[in-house]
Amino acid sequence: MAYRKPTLAVHKFASCDGCQLTLLDCEDELLAVLDAIEIAYFVEATRATADGPYDVSLVEGSITTPADADRIRRVREKSRVLITIGACATSGGIQALRNARDVGQLASAVYPHPDYLDVLDQSTPIAAHVPVDFELRGCPIDKGQLLEVISAFVLARRPCIPTYSVCVECKSSGAVCTMVARGTPCLGPVTQAGCGALCPRMNRGCYGCFGPMEDPRTGPLSAWWEEELAQPRDRIVRAYRTFNVASPAFASAVDSLEDSE
Amino acid sequence: MWIADVEFLEALVAGLRQRGFRVVAPVERDDAIVYDEIRSAQELPRGVGDEQGPGRYRLVERGDSARFGFSVGPHTWKRFLFPARTTLFSATLEDEQLRFEPAVLPEQRYAFLGVRACELRAIALQDRVLIGSGHADAHYAALRAAAFLIAVQCGQAASTCFCASAGDGPRATDGFDLALTELLDAGEPRYLVEVGTDRGREVLESLPHADASEADRGAARAASEAAARQMRELPAESLHGVLASVREHARWDDVAERCLGCGNCTLVCPTCFCSKIEDSSELSAKRAERVRSWDSCFSFEYSHLHGGDVRTSTRSRYRQWLTHKLDTWHDQFGSSGCVGCGRCIAWCPVGIDLTEEVRVLCDKDAAAAAPVEGDV
Repeated sequence: MAYRKPTLAVHKFASCDGCQLTLLDCEDELLAVLDAIEIAYFVEATRATADGPYDVSLVEGSITTPADADRIRRVREKSRVLITIGACATSGGIQALRNARDVGQLASAVYPHPDYLDVLDQSTPIAAHVPVDFELRGCPIDKGQLLEVISAFVLARRPCIPTYSVCVECKSSGAVCTMVARGTPCLGPVTQAGCGALCPRMNRGCYGCFGPMEDPRTGPLSAWWEEELAQPRDRIVRAYRTFNVASPAFASAVDSLEDSE
Repeated sequence: MWIADVEFLEALVAGLRQRGFRVVAPVERDDAIVYDEIRSAQELPRGVGDEQGPGRYRLVERGDSARFGFSVGPHTWKRFLFPARTTLFSATLEDEQLRFEPAVLPEQRYAFLGVRACELRAIALQDRVLIGSGHADAHYAALRAAAFLIAVQCGQAASTCFCASAGDGPRATDGFDLALTELLDAGEPRYLVEVGTDRGREVLESLPHADASEADRGAARAASEAAARQMRELPAESLHGVLASVREHARWDDVAERCLGCGNCTLVCPTCFCSKIEDSSELSAKRAERVRSWDSCFSFEYSHLHGGDVRTSTRSRYRQWLTHKLDTWHDQFGSSGCVGCGRCIAWCPVGIDLTEEVRVLCDKDAAAAAPVEGDV
C-alpha cells in the first residue's frame, strides 16, 4: 500500500487563537511540517478544508457553549489522536475566571442584548468532555514543544515534555533566581516547565502560564510570599487566578488562602 | 609563596587567553555574582560583597576595592564541566541506511579564575563520580583534563557557609594550578600566590611577582581564619550510617510540609550530577539524536520505572536527596557528597536549611521525645 501522509486538523473553541498561531509561527520548520503531514483542516491557515477523519487533531480553546460541547464530541469521533493545546483547552483558560460568578449578571454587564447568548455556566477544559490523548500546556504553547509533540505522535514515539518545575529550566539556563536575589514573587516552583523560564530570565517572576507542575506545593509557596516577601493575601490570590485559574491545583491554592482569611 | 600587585590579574587573564584558554570568572549580573567568560580582569566585580541567608541573597557595597570579596553565588563550575545539555550522539537516515555519528568531544580549554576551596572539593567529588567510577564520562573527562584551576582563598564566610564542619575548611591546599589570597590593604588589593602544579608554575613565571614576606603570609593565614568562623555547621564531618538510621523520623514529614519539590537545591549543588537521557527525532524521521540534560531526584520522572514512580511523596524525595548526599554517598563514592558551600540553603526559594534539618534528624534526645506522626 502506498504511504499516505498523516492528516492534521486544528480546531478552535473558546480561545484567542494564539496557540494555533504558534503552528504558523514555525516559519523555519513549516516546510518540514508540510513535508511530513497533510494539513486537512486549519482555517487560520487555509480555507481548503477536509471533513476527516483526521490522524491528529490539535484542539485549542475551552468549552463554553452547548454547541461547542456537541462539536467537541464530533471532533473526537473524527480524530485518531486528540491533543489539546494551551491553557484554555487544558484548564479552561482565563475565561474560567467567570466560573465563580453568575454568568447572567456578567453577560448583562457586557452585552446590550445578552438574550442572544447561549452559554454554559462554566468554562471547562476539553478533557472534561471527551478523552484526550495528550495535553500540551502554555499560554501560549511553546513552538519547540508543539513540534516535539507533533513529531512524537506522527512517528508513534513518546513525546519528551517534562512535567517538573520551571526552576529546572531556569537554573539550567543560568538565570539568577528572582525570588531569592530580589524578593520578587515567582510561580516558577509550582509551574510546569516548557517556556524556557522566559520571564525569570528577564528578571520577572513566573506568571504560571504553563499551569501546575507535577506536584505543585502551593501551600508552602504562598506562606513564604506572605511571611517573608510581605505580599498581601489578595495579591497572592490574584497570582494564582490567571490563565490556569480553574486548574485544580491553583484553584485549591486560592480556596485555602480564602478559607484561612 | 609569592606576592603580586593587582596588575597581576590582568596579566594572568591575558596570559591564559594567549595560551588558548577561555577564562571564566565571577562577574556581577542580574543582582548576583555568576560565572561567565571574561576577556579582561576589569570585568571582575570590584568592592562587591554579598549577604546570604536561607532563601535570600543580596549584593552589598563593601566600600573597598576587593575583586573577590563575596562568597559563592548561584552558579557552580559544573555548568562548564558538566553542561546542562550535551548531545551524546546523532543518527541520520539516508537511502534507508541508518548512520550513527558520535558526538564531537568538547575542545574548549577553560581557565577557572576564583574557584573556592569548597568548589575544588566539589570538582574532586565529580571527578570521582564521572571519571573514577569505572565508567568515565568522555565529555566531562575532556573538559576536566584541559581545565586550568585558579583558586581564590576565602577571606570571609557567608552566613550560609559550613565548609569548616562539612569538609576541610575554607583554605584550599591542593587540587589547583594556582591559588590566590586577596590581601586587602588600603587602596588596591595584593595577591599572595601559591603554586599547585608545574603548569601553574609555568604560568606564574611568565607574570610579575616577588617573594612573599612573612607579614604577607601572616595576613593570608588571618584571612583564612576569618573565613573559618562560620555560623552554620553539620554535627559531624561524617554522617555515614546516621541518616539512614532515622528513616522514619517525624522530621521528614515536617520538612515535606515546607519543601516545594522544585529541585533548586539539586541544581545549585556543585556535586549533584543526576541527569536524564532522551532521544528525539525530527518530524522528517531523517535525523535523531540522544541528549543528556540536567535532571533532579525531586522530579517524578527521575524515579520512574516500569509501572510507576518509585518515590511518590515529597517526603520520600527529600529524604532520598539528603540521605544520599550525606550518608549513602559514603557507600558509593567513599566520602560525603556535601562540601558545605551552603548554596542549597540560600537558593531554596523557601529557605529550607540543610544544616538545621540535619541537626534535628541527628539530635538523639529530641528524636526520643518527638511524637512520630504519619509513619507506618
